[in-house]
Amino acid sequence: MGRKVGVEVSIAAADAVGLCDVDVVAAYPITPQTHVVEHLSELCASGELDAEFVPVESEHSAMSVCCGSSAAGARTFTSTSAQGLALMAEIVFIASSMRFPIVMLLANRALSAPLSIWNDHSDTMMVRDSGWIQIFCENGQEVYDAIFHSFRVAEDPRVSLPVMINVDGFNLTHVIEPIEFWSKEMVGKYLPPFKPLYTLHPSKVVSMGAFGMPEIYTEARKAQDEALWKSYPVIKQGWDELAELTGRKYSPVECYKTEGADTIILAMGSICETASLAVDKMREDGKKVGLVKLRLWRPLPVDDIKKALRGAKDVLVLDRAVSFGAANAPVTSEIRSIMYHEPDRPNVHNIIAGLGGRDVTPDHVIKMVESALVDTNYGYNIFGVRS
Amino acid sequence: MAETEKKKVIKPIKNFSLEEYISSGHRACQGCAEVLAVRHVLKAIGPDMILAMATGCMEIISSPYPLTSWNVPWIHVAFENAAAVASGVESGLKALRRKGRVPDKDITIVAMGGDGGTTDIGFQALSGMMERGHKVIYVCVDNEAYMNTGIQRSSSTPFGATTTTSPAGKNAPAGQMTWKKDMVAIAAAHGIPYTATACPSFFTDLQKKVQKAKEIQGPSYIHILSVCPTGWRIQPNKAIEYGQLAVDSGVFPLYEVEQGIWKLNRKPKELKPVSEYFKGQGRYRHLDESLTTEIQEKINSRWKKLLDQCGEKTEK
Repeated sequence: MGRKVGVEVSIAAADAVGLCDVDVVAAYPITPQTHVVEHLSELCASGELDAEFVPVESEHSAMSVCCGSSAAGARTFTSTSAQGLALMAEIVFIASSMRFPIVMLLANRALSAPLSIWNDHSDTMMVRDSGWIQIFCENGQEVYDAIFHSFRVAEDPRVSLPVMINVDGFNLTHVIEPIEFWSKEMVGKYLPPFKPLYTLHPSKVVSMGAFGMPEIYTEARKAQDEALWKSYPVIKQGWDELAELTGRKYSPVECYKTEGADTIILAMGSICETASLAVDKMREDGKKVGLVKLRLWRPLPVDDIKKALRGAKDVLVLDRAVSFGAANAPVTSEIRSIMYHEPDRPNVHNIIAGLGGRDVTPDHVIKMVESALVDTNYGYNIFGVRS
Repeated sequence: MAETEKKKVIKPIKNFSLEEYISSGHRACQGCAEVLAVRHVLKAIGPDMILAMATGCMEIISSPYPLTSWNVPWIHVAFENAAAVASGVESGLKALRRKGRVPDKDITIVAMGGDGGTTDIGFQALSGMMERGHKVIYVCVDNEAYMNTGIQRSSSTPFGATTTTSPAGKNAPAGQMTWKKDMVAIAAAHGIPYTATACPSFFTDLQKKVQKAKEIQGPSYIHILSVCPTGWRIQPNKAIEYGQLAVDSGVFPLYEVEQGIWKLNRKPKELKPVSEYFKGQGRYRHLDESLTTEIQEKINSRWKKLLDQCGEKTEK
């Protein structure tokens, strides 16, 4: 077993990337991602990590460099946030369509305007449909473990897709947490060397990134969608074997005190820890409230979600992004759509909270549950807006 | 066959590869000098290369899935990022070679884009690639407009040319009212070891320059004038001729900048008048005498400046 130390989550994540013996890191500085790549550049400079650190001139080029290096057969990592993700978005979509197993840590941050460097999920929701595997982390240990898991899943020949690790900016990236580090031997057992299916090399000539006529584009899209769905068992297998190695069990959907719960809160990311405190308090007060943590966002674990929410009368989805002019916020959209055809479907309430770094406390979550339960307008509300 | 014709012997060109790395059957327009330029670039480098290509004419004519014209490893990602993708390929291979995961073979990395993908939308990625010092040959195949999307102006379209987005009219008598961006000088200003202009009408010069770039450590930039019969409104059999005229009229001089030293590669005894180059090109049909004179004056002053930069005598 590895050692447990108190360390900033960004630094731990970078150390994990280093332990994975990545070949190329390409990144542009953006708050609150910076500590991740700063530490990686230190590791490269000191020789602790034998990788090419490519300090690019923009996030657009960061993802482009990642595509190039991944195509060459190199294990590739990048990290960004908000506006950076927006700038690289074009290539984010192409990376998954071209099946490059890049791993990206996204330090979740609000989008401009007004300019905000603080946390919410507006950035990741922008690329929700980009075809990446997307996972959310609740605490530092999860972030650290996710790095090894992500490379393993991404590079699995049955998958060959990029993975986005969502880490709440500042709320998680900049906090010091007790993290159990992996040893090199553990990584060696868990993460096989990257053996890409196709690479750019004169020994075997390939053309990558051809254009698709209307006769082929739909089929290509269908194949890509199937590939993302097929990653689901590989993701689960990765977590199962991670549990054998570390004793920490992760799954696509996780239930906390949901047994016999009438009301279930569903959330993603670090706000789950806050919500779990609220659940504890409400349970103490005799209220039948539970929490469902959604860790895997793409591919969406539809059946697991159905199972987790079965039996609840009310579900409160805590969204961290606004979908302007839409029926509801992004996560709620999915939950309402999943539950619509279920027998005894629950009322699905939607509250958007914690935008642009606005603090959310356990008491706030309790208030949200109370207000949602008396709300019969099944649209969405933004919590705590000052008039 | 007449006796005299029989005696004509074509001299073998030294180092000229008989291999074809872009195969025939591609979908380029008739008489396309750009695909000819690409062919010569590839011949000059040989099989041990990886090519990252920007979206544009060359990508579209060569890669309609499931077909490909490329006999070398080839990758296309997007319009503006050929230089960045090439940077990634170079960095990836560097790390993999160091770690012994790919054979320690010398592979030339090439990035290629049209004038739009180079001087406009791909400008930043190119600047980044050159500044960071990746060992990549960047080749701009300049046909002086966005030909792939139907002849729209770029910052490499010359003053006086009409395109579908720089049409000549009362308020824009010249059509394109701005002067062609001097991408070669900008590349040279990055302090990279090798920069050059070339044109497939002078293909031995072109191949020599590409081979030079291949041997040089660090980034290199080659700007190739690629005559486009479709966009320039000329007959398909005139591409080579107009390339020669562009060079010999001083519109597109052939020179190189090696380790900061400028060198002229072709010095006509006397520049041909630009009107001779314009003649027959539909894109210049609207130009009157005064505009032609204005352009001629600009060419003369630029030529003089270039001769100075190249340390050539400027007696005239």
